[in-house]
Amino acid sequence: MVAALLLREIQILLRARASIVNPLAFLLLSTLLFAIAAPKLVAETSHQASGILWVLVLFTQLLSLDAMFRRDYDSGTLEQSLIMADVPFVAVLLRIFVQWLGTGLVIVIATPVIGPLLGLSWAAVPGAMLALLLGTPALSLLGSIGAGITVGFSRGGIILALLVLPLFLPVLIFGTDIVNAAAAGLNYTAQIYWLALITLAALIVAPFAALAGLRISVEMQ
Amino acid sequence: MYFDSFDAFLRMGEHGLYVWMAYGATLLVLLSAFFITRSMSRSVEENIRWTILSRQSEQAAGTAQTQRQGNES
Amino acid sequence: MKLNLKLKEYWHKLGSPRWFYQITTSWVTFFGICALLLLATGLVWALAFAPADYQQGNSFRIMYVHVPAAMVAQSLYIGMGVAGFVGLVWRMKLTDVAIGACLPLGMVLTALALFTGGVWGKPTWGSWWEWDGRTVSTLVLLFLYIGIYALREAIPDRDLRARASALVSLVGTVNIPIIKYSVEWWNTLHQSASFSLTEKPAMPAEMWLPLLVMVLGFYCFAGHQVLSRMRLEVLSREATSRWVLQLLQGKSAEAGLGQSSLIDHGRD
Repeated sequence: MVAALLLREIQILLRARASIVNPLAFLLLSTLLFAIAAPKLVAETSHQASGILWVLVLFTQLLSLDAMFRRDYDSGTLEQSLIMADVPFVAVLLRIFVQWLGTGLVIVIATPVIGPLLGLSWAAVPGAMLALLLGTPALSLLGSIGAGITVGFSRGGIILALLVLPLFLPVLIFGTDIVNAAAAGLNYTAQIYWLALITLAALIVAPFAALAGLRISVEMQ
Repeated sequence: MYFDSFDAFLRMGEHGLYVWMAYGATLLVLLSAFFITRSMSRSVEENIRWTILSRQSEQAAGTAQTQRQGNES
Repeated sequence: MKLNLKLKEYWHKLGSPRWFYQITTSWVTFFGICALLLLATGLVWALAFAPADYQQGNSFRIMYVHVPAAMVAQSLYIGMGVAGFVGLVWRMKLTDVAIGACLPLGMVLTALALFTGGVWGKPTWGSWWEWDGRTVSTLVLLFLYIGIYALREAIPDRDLRARASALVSLVGTVNIPIIKYSVEWWNTLHQSASFSLTEKPAMPAEMWLPLLVMVLGFYCFAGHQVLSRMRLEVLSREATSRWVLQLLQGKSAEAGLGQSSLIDHGRD
């Protein structure tokens, strides 16, 4: 049952290729903006690359989160799935996982390109990929909480950002620290553990909170 | 008293502007909160009284009307 | 055993708006008077009688308003989170009244903490604003408040608004210690050269006594304000009930307007 649901979700993801292409395009575009607006900032092996990369990743996530539940909400299938699913929690978790596939995983794969474009040193790229691999699931999980609550708002985008960015902060802090440490050649094991802990905690808490939010939103229809 | 004169009190050893800005803002916040809440309480009570009054005068008008109708018939 | 029953009884009563209104009548006055006394004493003490700091001089006095504001601002948010939790689990309507009451004061006190912090920083360490652990945490708290505020503005239905606010304040409150820890971590990496506000020097009694008075005064003030707002919201929600009618009648009678104003008006 879970496998069937997962398969269906992935099919939807692949059919709506925009949900994979758009985040990537946005990330690339904003990198371009930085390169134009602040060229010295993205000069070779910049110290700021880590921070800029992560902030852009956060913004990309925000944009992608807005659409996470929206199509189902608008078409009414969200309400149905919440009522009919045996274990709604699993359905939400699968949706989050697939959203991560389209956003977070894509970002991780794109890092060897985006990172150096922002001035990240090659030595830091593996560390950056690891940090993003651990951090982006947390972003998807925590972000789904905000997405669940705000899916019913017509202009919910800014409220989504307000609710979700404070949740993103710890991921941002440890994530940037890992990339900076990687760039400086320092050990970052402790930070990895902390980031992994955050992601695990998010995994436990977020689907329930997102589900609660979705239930509230569905009643707003 | 820590200060020798009222003037010294106001000056606060060159930091006067900052100290008084901070305390001024604090007093502003505390007093506004107090008065705004008080005015809100009063208008809530006003509103409820008006609603009760208008509902009762409607009822009274209703009973007066039925009484008149009763008298006429 | 008896205590258990007593507590359960108390808990159930908490769900009743009327009981809440009645029992808090004396509390509001109590908190109000305490707040007035403590704040009046504290303000005078802090401004005129407490010693100036050896290093910072008289700007140190700003601490006596900055610290209480920040403490109460944070406590109010945590209070909202606890209310949210209780509201989600036990479905008590009063918890939403509590959240709505804490929100405006909490927001304003957070802003005040940020402002007084900046004003303190300028003469003492030379800049209006430094990005350090304390400023980042307080700013995040402000955004947590603004988030709930925006959320409440966006949901017209009262029950849904209550559930959404409860959920968000609960999640936000759980996030607070995590943010504190990670910002501390961040701060150790990015420590600015200047003396940091986060360091707490050992304070002699002449300094922490007025601080204690101010902190208590701020808490009493917050208690007075939150209870007052909760009470007016309760009156507003229960406006059609008999007990509200009787209450307002009683107040009119006290004010000398007489019974007739509310009941017998229609008789002529």
